[in-house]
Amino acid sequence: MKLNRRHALILGAGGMAGLAFAGPVLAQAAAPAAPAADAGKTVEQWIADFTGGAEVAEGGVKLNAPEIAENGNTVPISVSAEGAAEILVLATGNPTPGVAIVKFGPAAGSRQLATRIRLATTQDVVAIAKMEDGSFKQAKSNVKVTIGGCGG
Amino acid sequence: MAKDVKPRVKVPKSAKPGDIITLKTLISHPMESGQRKDAEGKIIPREIINRFVVDFAGQNVIDVQMEPAISTNPYFEFEVKVDQPGEFTFTWYDDDGSVYEEKQSIDVS
Repeated sequence: MKLNRRHALILGAGGMAGLAFAGPVLAQAAAPAAPAADAGKTVEQWIADFTGGAEVAEGGVKLNAPEIAENGNTVPISVSAEGAAEILVLATGNPTPGVAIVKFGPAAGSRQLATRIRLATTQDVVAIAKMEDGSFKQAKSNVKVTIGGCGG
Repeated sequence: MAKDVKPRVKVPKSAKPGDIITLKTLISHPMESGQRKDAEGKIIPREIINRFVVDFAGQNVIDVQMEPAISTNPYFEFEVKVDQPGEFTFTWYDDDGSVYEEKQSIDVS
């Protein structure tokens, strides 16, 4: 069910589907550094790499994102999770779903980060927190995008 | 190296020991996602800032792994606990190997 919906979203974006396949190949050629290895990762791979297959509980993570984003090129979001060591943010409907992984150090004043992200189409944004005790928690937020930020 | 990369950070001048302060950072950078095409239909290769690290007085505050979904001119807002005077170092790592650094001190008393 989850998978079907995601595919439908990607296909729904029309020409985006073609871009999604062509993009990662070139990105790897241009940037041999480690980050390029993330270019072809699916949402499932991102989650599996982050959690190591551990169960992810709902709640305990705050994800603030607008309900409707007129411009998908710059969508303000913020994530916070009390007691989190790391937070992974995914844009499940983007050609490359990875957004960011933030690690909090000893000098962090809170487990919170705000930034601006690109969303290619209407989709769910997911935040998964790795807690200091090793458990995982997540939050999800649907954002309706009027103009996609794919830049195609 | 991407053109006109200019880091900007907003740090309060002073704080009291134990205060939690909010920092805002922005760096001008196109964050070319590797998804866009030019006028001839060729894909413009990816060229983004892939990592952002903030340290305060030798201790890490945040370490962010950045992906192409981060918007042009990456902006971050976060909080830091300050116990002592010290220097913030902000470091951005570009795909092309460039490293952009900015330092700022804060008075804590």
